[in-house]
Amino acid sequence: MDGNLNMIGYGLAAIGPGVGIGLIFAAYINGVARQPEAQGRLQTIAILGFALAEALAIIGIALAFVL
Amino acid sequence: MILTGPLVVRAEGFTPPGPRDFDLPPLGPDKTFEMFGQTFYLGVTKPMIQIVIAAVLVFAFFYVASRRRAMVPGRLQYVAETGYGFVRNGMGRDIIGSEQFLRYVPYLFALFFFVLVNNLFATIPFFEFPTFSRAGMVYGLAAMSWVVYNAAGIHRHGLLGYLKLQCVPPNMTGLILVLLVPLEFFSNIVVRPITLALRLFANMFAGHLLLILFALGGEYLLVHGEGLVKPVGIVAWLLFITVAFLEVLIQFLQAYVFVLLNAMYISGAVADEH
Repeated sequence: MDGNLNMIGYGLAAIGPGVGIGLIFAAYINGVARQPEAQGRLQTIAILGFALAEALAIIGIALAFVL
Repeated sequence: MILTGPLVVRAEGFTPPGPRDFDLPPLGPDKTFEMFGQTFYLGVTKPMIQIVIAAVLVFAFFYVASRRRAMVPGRLQYVAETGYGFVRNGMGRDIIGSEQFLRYVPYLFALFFFVLVNNLFATIPFFEFPTFSRAGMVYGLAAMSWVVYNAAGIHRHGLLGYLKLQCVPPNMTGLILVLLVPLEFFSNIVVRPITLALRLFANMFAGHLLLILFALGGEYLLVHGEGLVKPVGIVAWLLFITVAFLEVLIQFLQAYVFVLLNAMYISGAVADEH
């Protein structure tokens, strides 16, 4: 069985952003559950945090193919 | 353990999809020429055609929808106005602020629908290829947004004022600035367009790669699999359909995030000094 070890490395690297994105949306859901009228404001912040955390996974997948 | 045996043996004949699957053959003249030390094709490729079609589609739709405006909107005008309002209020006014957002709404609006249509091309039959899964297509957009947010900031604060706003954190004095200023410059001016481009590119790339993997893997299992392995191919195809729906969500979300981040960069650039 052959394959590229980079992909295993990428899988490991994706754990961090995965946990991060989970925490961000957990906090977002919590916030909306406590104060539903704040959803509009929270959504923007949540999506921004999601995008920033996701950037790490994205850089990982780019490097997995490049290296 | 029993199942993995035949699967591993079988996997040797299967060529997994890779970045090469995105190198589509050029249409038109099959000649190459050298420029800047690179080899270029004379013909055009599918993403090049799609990017033009997307621009024409977006322009034509909103031109037709806004040509016959009425006090009581028709069906077409209603759709166009909803889309416009979504970008104008959700991304422009809420993020840039009600004082100076109107100047940037046309840019954000055009950008959102351009990116959205290009992303949805990955799902629309007969296109079925995300334009932005070719990195070169995204670099153009990222370069444009880099120019826009920097120009917006320089226009408002002047060059030195803008650099101070972006690079010098407030309420910081002394030696720590020697460390912080280069870091802030790097993070706010150099890296932003790169992450912006890579995010959109890698999402489209990875999503399409995933779909290719499910389609080809399912086909391989069904045709070349033995005995009990065959039905797994059907499961792979069912997953293909599920993932395709997930991709539609991601395509929309990435267009949204791309424009949202553009708006946030502009808002940070034109903000008053804190």
